[in-house]
Amino acid sequence: MSEFFAMNGYGFYVWSAYGVAALALVIEVRALRSRRRAVLEEARLVQPESAALTGAGE
Amino acid sequence: MATSWFKYSSPASFYPLAGKMIPWFAAAAAVLAVAGLVIGLVVAPTDATQSDAYRIIFIHVPAAWMSMFLYVVMAAWSAAALGFNTRLSAMMAQAIAPTGALMTFIALWTGAFWGRPTWGTYWAWDARMTSELILLFLYLGIIALRNAIDEPRRADKACAVLALTGVVNVPIIYFSVYWWNTLHQGSSVSMTRAPSMAAIMLVGMLVMALAGWFYAIAVILARVRTIIVDRERGASWVAALREVRHA
Repeated sequence: MSEFFAMNGYGFYVWSAYGVAALALVIEVRALRSRRRAVLEEARLVQPESAALTGAGE
Repeated sequence: MATSWFKYSSPASFYPLAGKMIPWFAAAAAVLAVAGLVIGLVVAPTDATQSDAYRIIFIHVPAAWMSMFLYVVMAAWSAAALGFNTRLSAMMAQAIAPTGALMTFIALWTGAFWGRPTWGTYWAWDARMTSELILLFLYLGIIALRNAIDEPRRADKACAVLALTGVVNVPIIYFSVYWWNTLHQGSSVSMTRAPSMAAIMLVGMLVMALAGWFYAIAVILARVRTIIVDRERGASWVAALREVRHA
């Protein structure tokens, strides 16, 4: 197991590469989720186009 | 039947379609990523020349491929937006930019950490690395330009023009290792001759590339759904969405 982390002496490079890549993807997904929540909240607060403008039978 | 596909060019009908697609692509990405990581970190043998440092290839190459493919796809949506004046095409281009920027950053970072133990340097101003860095600046520039322009349709056009202007960089990145004397090595994978790497390593790279594709598709579809709700905010179909009413 410790051989796996040591990567024959290159562990620092391999895990810095893999680690930052994984972190970047996690950050992307979380930022997306938080942006979606904010946008849904803003959309809830907006009045929809009124039926008077779009016509009857909506 | 032809008309039924065109109906999805309306944000209102694409929104639920995208929503149904996301879980499939996300699940496929997860499965492929696990398989690819097992191949890359466990199954594939230690390299004779580069020892275990070479394992960075399983992140670096897929990310670099994605950074280029996504830019071309973004440019294609930009061309559609300018040519057909469709909002949804511009929204797709808008959705791609952040993920493309992320893939470019990952390619540059993992490349640097592969370069240090093998070439002795994290960075060199060689043709491929420089043109990939420029790709990152292009992505960031497109994102910044969108944030700088208040009117969304004007932003769509400006970003589309910038995206199309920058697409020439992608073949430059690809051919840089042939055209110039570069530190970065030439391609081991070609469409015309056998790969110059061990089969299991190639398989690992391709599995990770596919995982990257499915991840990108899932994330971009999720982002475009958020963009659609944001930009179509006044529409009654948006107000009627369950996720908006219970936000």
